[in-house]
Amino acid sequence: MELKPNEKLDIENILKDLDKYRPKRRGWTWRKGSGEKRKIGKFTYYDTAESLKNSQPLPAAKYFDNIDPQPKPVITTEIASGRFEDDIRRMRMAAWHGADHIMVIRTAGQSHYDGLIEGTPQGIGGIPITRKQVRAQRKALDLIEEEVGRPINYHSYVSGVAGPEIAVMFAEEGVNGAHQDPQYNVLYRNINMVRSFVDAACAKKIMAWADMAQIDGAHNANATAREAWKVMPELMVQHAINSMFSVKVGMKKENICLSTVPPTAPPAPCMRLDLPYAVALRELFYEYKMRAQMNTKYMESSTREATVTHVLNLLISQLTRADIQSTITPDEGRNVPWHIYNIEAVDTAKQAFAGMDGLNEMVEIKRHEGELADKVRELKERAILFMEEILEVGGYFKAVEEGFFVDSGYYPERNGDGIARKIDGGIGAGTVYEREEDYMAPVTAHFGYNNLAQYDESAVDNPSKLIGGSTFEDPDKIIFIDELDENDNVYIRLEETKELRNTSKLKPEMEWLGDGIVLLTMFLPAEERVAEFAALEIGNRLGLKDCEVIHKEIMQAAEGTRIELRGRVDFTIDIKDLVIPPKPEVLTEDEIRKEIEENPMKIVAATVGEDEHSVGLREIIDIKHGGIERFGIECHYLGTSVPVEKLVDAAIEINADAILASTIISHDDIHYKNMKKLHDLCVEKGIRDRIILIAGGTQVTGELAVKNGMDAGFGRGTNGDQVATFLVKRRREMRR
Amino acid sequence: MKREDDFQERRKHLAHLTEEELEKRFWELAEKIVDPLIELAEKHTTPSIERSVLLRMGFSSLEAKAIVEGAIDRGLLGKGAGHLVYKLAREKGMDIREAGLKLAEGEMWDEVVALFRGGES
Repeated sequence: MELKPNEKLDIENILKDLDKYRPKRRGWTWRKGSGEKRKIGKFTYYDTAESLKNSQPLPAAKYFDNIDPQPKPVITTEIASGRFEDDIRRMRMAAWHGADHIMVIRTAGQSHYDGLIEGTPQGIGGIPITRKQVRAQRKALDLIEEEVGRPINYHSYVSGVAGPEIAVMFAEEGVNGAHQDPQYNVLYRNINMVRSFVDAACAKKIMAWADMAQIDGAHNANATAREAWKVMPELMVQHAINSMFSVKVGMKKENICLSTVPPTAPPAPCMRLDLPYAVALRELFYEYKMRAQMNTKYMESSTREATVTHVLNLLISQLTRADIQSTITPDEGRNVPWHIYNIEAVDTAKQAFAGMDGLNEMVEIKRHEGELADKVRELKERAILFMEEILEVGGYFKAVEEGFFVDSGYYPERNGDGIARKIDGGIGAGTVYEREEDYMAPVTAHFGYNNLAQYDESAVDNPSKLIGGSTFEDPDKIIFIDELDENDNVYIRLEETKELRNTSKLKPEMEWLGDGIVLLTMFLPAEERVAEFAALEIGNRLGLKDCEVIHKEIMQAAEGTRIELRGRVDFTIDIKDLVIPPKPEVLTEDEIRKEIEENPMKIVAATVGEDEHSVGLREIIDIKHGGIERFGIECHYLGTSVPVEKLVDAAIEINADAILASTIISHDDIHYKNMKKLHDLCVEKGIRDRIILIAGGTQVTGELAVKNGMDAGFGRGTNGDQVATFLVKRRREMRR
Repeated sequence: MKREDDFQERRKHLAHLTEEELEKRFWELAEKIVDPLIELAEKHTTPSIERSVLLRMGFSSLEAKAIVEGAIDRGLLGKGAGHLVYKLAREKGMDIREAGLKLAEGEMWDEVVALFRGGES
């Protein structure tokens, strides 16, 4: 099976024979080709990786030969709609925009589920991570990575009370990266601390075998602490505990990634607070990888505000180091991310990195003196003092019991509001068992005491020898469970949306196929609360269902409010019923320029009759509006309310190639009467066979213009490129 | 606990260190914090760890759950759930999957108890 760029991904095909599917590879992949200069289009780049085979460039790329430079760091996008089958389509779109790390959020509550979930039940704020969903998504990504021409890392979470099992399933299914940090369980999920660390060692050992990248959970302290910038010393301690624990279990340092967030956001002077922290962290952890996350703590419902904060975060990545650049969708402050905002977030990273390419050649951090240098040292000292006190009170577990972590004080300041947990409390308390002297586990990648020698001395280095290989050596031993719930699974959901797949029916969507969600942006000249309720009424009158104001911003307390309103349309469009005019053919800018350079062209233009409208024609002509002047066409603009006779005389006088007549007023078909008159006059003066006549205006259609003697007519939405294309082509025809 | 920021007081023993020495100290402390946690993990197991062993031995999540519950009920998790299956198969001449499925279905546990605790009871 192969994807074709102009064909939709077929979910039924993905699900077919899934029980027999094996992932193509294991392990994490970094981008290739960084560390070398690269010529792309007209520029030389300093900080890029290999380009993609197929990709969707930034909108402005059309001015730069459609180049799509790919930054050095792996780019993450987090996908979380609750329906894996819809997420797969979003993954493809994100991959085309440059994401190569697809992180799948788990459904609410999965971390407390003691065991694996099976089948394809729908999730909330994420998907239940099951073998079937993971396999289906990995299978789809195996196809998508072929299509874009770059390996895609698939990622989810090895946390909660089923960490070791999830790690095994991920290793078997070719998952490439995962969050794993027992501190996350302890602090934020209230899972028993002993259980968390015992489980974590086994889970990490399995991840190490599968060569997975690990991301820690320290960034959650930023999101939880009341004043995020004050937990910086603690963050370094949390990173250190998880990193050192992982190394001791056997994980390679280059697979251990620190999840680090610039803690602050504007209007705080965030760069001055965040930059010293970023420098201190990267110095202490120079052997480890940086997964640069974006700030979520201070996100509101404005996507613009979030994007600006995130660009500042990217500046820190550029000035310091990011091996994985995570992206946060700018709508995360107002809803579960929508398709379009995943793409926006990926593009924000790609755009900012392209713009900052090579910046470090010209700008450098003042590392050795001044405020930054002092701050860096101070942060390191504060972190050391934190760890000294952990040991003083009797170690990690004691420190957690005493509420050391996520305290809002700037350590050693303490505010007494940290998260405290009991060693014998939390979910899974009392479920840790001592391994007896004859404890044995005949499998690969098992951490800890394992008495294999009681059966076979030679199995000590190869435990699964005892059972003729584990699933890690022989994937055919994996038992695949398809579905367990006949009322909640992918087949039922696909049946519900059948009408919208592989038919001519179409519906807008933001998260799920057929969800019908649309977003309206409007300005209402009313104060905030009035505007909100007026917007809801507007939505209702437009026939939208489930209207909700998801963003409002005061422009001025009395003058008005910006509103963003989501609603749902409950009808489908049949594309068979649409009348879609053929796409106007447009020559490339280079082609037109070349032609005009070789054979200069002159035109005269005016708004004809008693008509004072000039905007449309100026759009078509003016260089600053992207009009035909920019191709080098010599334009003589005569103004508005110009008699047809005057226009024709001017054309004869300068020996013009064409006349462009604009006509907006259409009362009594005056616009068509003027066209006819123009044509007749040219015939009378004997120039009709060597002059091109073009009419334009909001009420003009091509068909009727031609019927009234014109060579072409252009209506609403026309641009200079289309007119220039026609002029060039028509002149070629006439010369033949 | 509440405490004012006494950083200037506390840092006195660090003030003379170079930044390189600070970094070295940082990592030494990290190791001291982590070592007892590693030792704890080496010597213990959990239901999830044992289910992860059974998954790797070729059992489904549902089968693994049933076997681990059976082991806990009989006080045998400290032997290793995979061990129970392995020893049963070995002693009775069954293959691994066959033995595990019996246990998952609640059968042959008496034999397992006898194999592991036979001498003691």
